[in-house]
Amino acid sequence: MTVTAPAPAGTQRSVLDALEAESIHIIREVLAEFEKPGLLFSGGKDSVVVLHLLAKAVYPARVPIPVVHIDTGHNFGEVINFRDAVVKKYGLNLVVGSVQEYIDRGELKELPDGTRNRLQTRVLLDTIESNGFDVVFGGARRDEDKARAKERILSLRDEFGVWDPRNQRPEIWNLYNGRHEPDWHVRAFPISNWTERDIWSYIQRENIELPPIYFAHKRQVFERDGMWRAVTPVSQPEPNEQVTIKQVRYRTVGDASCTGAVLSAADDVQKVLDELAVSTLTERGATRADDRISAAAMEDRKSEGYF
Amino acid sequence: MSTTLLRIATAGSVDDGKSTLVGRLLHDAKAILADSLDDLARTSAERGFGGEAGALDLALVTDGLRAEREQGITIDVAYRYFSTEKRSFILADCPGHVQYTRNTVTGASTADAAIVLVDARNGVLEQTRRHLGVLALLRVPQLIVAVNKMDLVNWDEARFTQIESEIHVLAAELDLHATTVIPVSALDGDNVVEPSANADWYAGPTLLGLLEDLTLAQPAGAARLDVQYVIRPQGGLAPGLDAEYYRDYRGYAGTLVDGSLSVGDPVQILSNGYPAHSTVKAIGTPAGLVHTAHAGEAIVLELADEVDIARGDTVVAGILPEAVREFDADICVLAPVKLAEGQRVLIKHGAKVAAAKVAQIEHVLNVADYSREAAATLALNDLGRITVRSSAAVSVADYRDSRTGGSFLLIDPATGRTLAAGIIQAHDEAA
Repeated sequence: MTVTAPAPAGTQRSVLDALEAESIHIIREVLAEFEKPGLLFSGGKDSVVVLHLLAKAVYPARVPIPVVHIDTGHNFGEVINFRDAVVKKYGLNLVVGSVQEYIDRGELKELPDGTRNRLQTRVLLDTIESNGFDVVFGGARRDEDKARAKERILSLRDEFGVWDPRNQRPEIWNLYNGRHEPDWHVRAFPISNWTERDIWSYIQRENIELPPIYFAHKRQVFERDGMWRAVTPVSQPEPNEQVTIKQVRYRTVGDASCTGAVLSAADDVQKVLDELAVSTLTERGATRADDRISAAAMEDRKSEGYF
Repeated sequence: MSTTLLRIATAGSVDDGKSTLVGRLLHDAKAILADSLDDLARTSAERGFGGEAGALDLALVTDGLRAEREQGITIDVAYRYFSTEKRSFILADCPGHVQYTRNTVTGASTADAAIVLVDARNGVLEQTRRHLGVLALLRVPQLIVAVNKMDLVNWDEARFTQIESEIHVLAAELDLHATTVIPVSALDGDNVVEPSANADWYAGPTLLGLLEDLTLAQPAGAARLDVQYVIRPQGGLAPGLDAEYYRDYRGYAGTLVDGSLSVGDPVQILSNGYPAHSTVKAIGTPAGLVHTAHAGEAIVLELADEVDIARGDTVVAGILPEAVREFDADICVLAPVKLAEGQRVLIKHGAKVAAAKVAQIEHVLNVADYSREAAATLALNDLGRITVRSSAAVSVADYRDSRTGGSFLLIDPATGRTLAAGIIQAHDEAA
């Protein structure tokens, strides 16, 4: 084969630079073409990175759109505190859709297993509709899951919030088409092409702050379905489940009632990256009970209007 | 990380073993983690794949949706991610059977390299010509043809050489310059990641080796930036910044798609066909202010003069693109519609959206023999040549010089649906 000369200095961009530029391009298209965008913000690392990119895309202006949090009432306290600190730091408007309020009003019923992940969908769709958002940014990545691998960067949802994989728009070049029918809306996923490793490398490079539960800490846990679950008011051990104190961290931030921790001594970003390099489990497989129900769990939830 | 990103698209049908090849690439490049491998082993067993225990149906790696698993087909382009010591890869896996052209166009439009599968037993088929035709139209910079199932022709060198020379004839006909042909067996893994022990006559690279060492050509032409978003922070400045300093700030945000641009460079701004002149005062990037920005960077330009610039305007340095209201283009129809002469559409070119019309349909391309035929309408998956008439001037460039300046979408004004992808390039009219 032919040995090729390296490109001139300054033109071979790093993976992170290329991904960052693509994401900012997408964010600017969406901000310009839609009337009322919002950012779905869970306090998880992916939504934190999207917010960071959003701030860069409009700098030196402030982030011009509200952040939307669907609060299940089962969030980790550390994450809610982090969310509030971020809102203050960027000077953002926060819109909260509360699953607890729906339950209190009798509009949603607790599921038999006590988890609330699936209950979010109704609250999410109502929050989008009542605030008149025609697009919401999300931090979903295609490497997370087989269904996500096929989702477009601009993903159309009908009036019921349903994603139809058979009826997706082709996305060609860097030309994004966000036009949609009046009662539809769009989910925009500007970090679709980032992997878990890219996210962590970027967090390191940009020195981005995260909720503390992403890093190793001592916590009371019990083992269930092969995962370490925190002892919290919403996640209690059964009588046969032994509570121990372990050094753990979280790879994803979800509800305390369905997110497992991994045993880890990684107390900073570099150590997390080192662990990732040798990890043999996918991020969702390792820590999300809600994706374990069936191989098509994510696909099913997306077709109900989930994130 | 100092590695670079390579975007790849695959084209070919299930019968060519494309899914198996992609699965093999990901598996052998160790991009499939243990829990996904467990899923794969379980599903392989359920489907009764192979005879021996633990045999993996690697085609299942790219099966995404339940409907696909149930029907054994691939519905949509799937994106896969893997990396080696040398490089990170984004692989757009384009299904071959259903809406092949639409899918191939989608996956190949952003690709640095495309892999086309050929079954060693069948050689070059009409479908191969079809895929190569689309890839040639999109000018994917590097083409790799994987001659698969070499195990089923006993690694016959003569068979491979025959297919290879047919491919090179086709490539020449299509003006595809960088074409490499590799003999592989996706099922056994020969020449995918590991070199084959069955073909001592083959001295070329493995598929992964080739992908790792491909050089990315940078878009070289004249600097071009389509203004996406005008940043005026008055009243809404990011926290912590000095309001006095930014009082008159106006930044033009967009992606520099070609060339490079430096502070002090004279630029022209094309606004609906009328050029204005200014000089680059400052260039902001995600990492802060820089003296020079390069193609591919998302930047913010400040100009020395007060010029009226809006989203959709184009900032260029050097050669001025043509600002036209009527132009010819090759399009690929991407929606189940029939495009007819006189049809009203929207055109999206760069960051500009304007009302437009399909003024004329010149021909449809017969992808089997690349001949041109008269047509009254263009339907889904058709490749054809049309004349577009736009309500606003469009700053077009030849697609060969500028992937962005030479490409556009046609959109249905009523439903918002993407109807077609278009490419603007001068044709050899004698052909």
